[in-house]
Amino acid sequence: MAEVLERVTKIIVDRLGVDESQVKLEASFKDDLGADSLDVVELVMELEDEFDMEISDDDAEKISTVGDAVTYINSKN
Amino acid sequence: MTLEGKVALVTGASRGIGREIALELARQGANVAVNYAGSEGKANEVVDEIKALGKEAFAIKCDVSNSDEVAAMVKDTVDRFGKLDILVNNAGITKDNLLMRMKEDEWDDVININLKGVFLCTKGVTRQMMKQRVGRIINITSVVGVSGNPGQANYVSAKAGVIGLTKTTAKELASRNITVNAIAPGFITTDMTDKLADEVKAEMLKQIPLARLGEPKDIAKMTAFLASDDASYITGQTIHINGGMVM
Repeated sequence: MAEVLERVTKIIVDRLGVDESQVKLEASFKDDLGADSLDVVELVMELEDEFDMEISDDDAEKISTVGDAVTYINSKN
Repeated sequence: MTLEGKVALVTGASRGIGREIALELARQGANVAVNYAGSEGKANEVVDEIKALGKEAFAIKCDVSNSDEVAAMVKDTVDRFGKLDILVNNAGITKDNLLMRMKEDEWDDVININLKGVFLCTKGVTRQMMKQRVGRIINITSVVGVSGNPGQANYVSAKAGVIGLTKTTAKELASRNITVNAIAPGFITTDMTDKLADEVKAEMLKQIPLARLGEPKDIAKMTAFLASDDASYITGQTIHINGGMVM
């Protein structure tokens, strides 16, 4: 869990240019981290690459917070 | 050479305008994936010509209206060349008929290849281009997509659709440094236009202020320019190349 969060956090910090301290589990990509819809699509793409998985469009739509992403990845691994 | 080190995928590149575009991009330094649907021999000739120019190329069969085949084509291109900088959506067919006589499958076939194919190929390359933070998408539409043309309800609708798709894609991808433009050829000498009756051609010539047909190279040169770094501030546009036929 901790390792997944660490890797997810790194991707978010790189992609959205936010401070690591802002990346909390409850943080919403759009509302708290300043992502637009295209940023979220890109984040999902990068998570797919990082964790070597495919995230369907339906599942991707449900991922709106950092915690959603971490929970999803843990459920698939 | 302005495209040195770039990688291009050209759909419908075995013949006509697409063939000349593939060759011109290679002359400007690009490595090229040469897509074809049926003309394998012709596609291989294009590949050989590009190799003779000292550039890399390979022929790839794909029905652009089939999403699985498109995904495989994009993957093949990236696997072979390591990246993908330029997509030219050129593949197209005609199935002309007066509206009153046009069959549903004539409508569907043309919309599927000429419009849905552009959507699928664009969607297919977007992931790679977004990652690279740079990309060029050039859609070949047609003068009739703007002017209308009797006997081509399906083709005209698809080509007008491509112009709308170009503008929307340009807006969606601009923040990722991907430009999307359309080129609208007028009457260009290709297999497609050779099929037209002589009287139709004569009638069309009357409407062209420059009083001659265009050549595939007229389209290919503009495509190479739009694909180059010099065109980085041009996006969402439809460039008309038609001898003044429509202004």
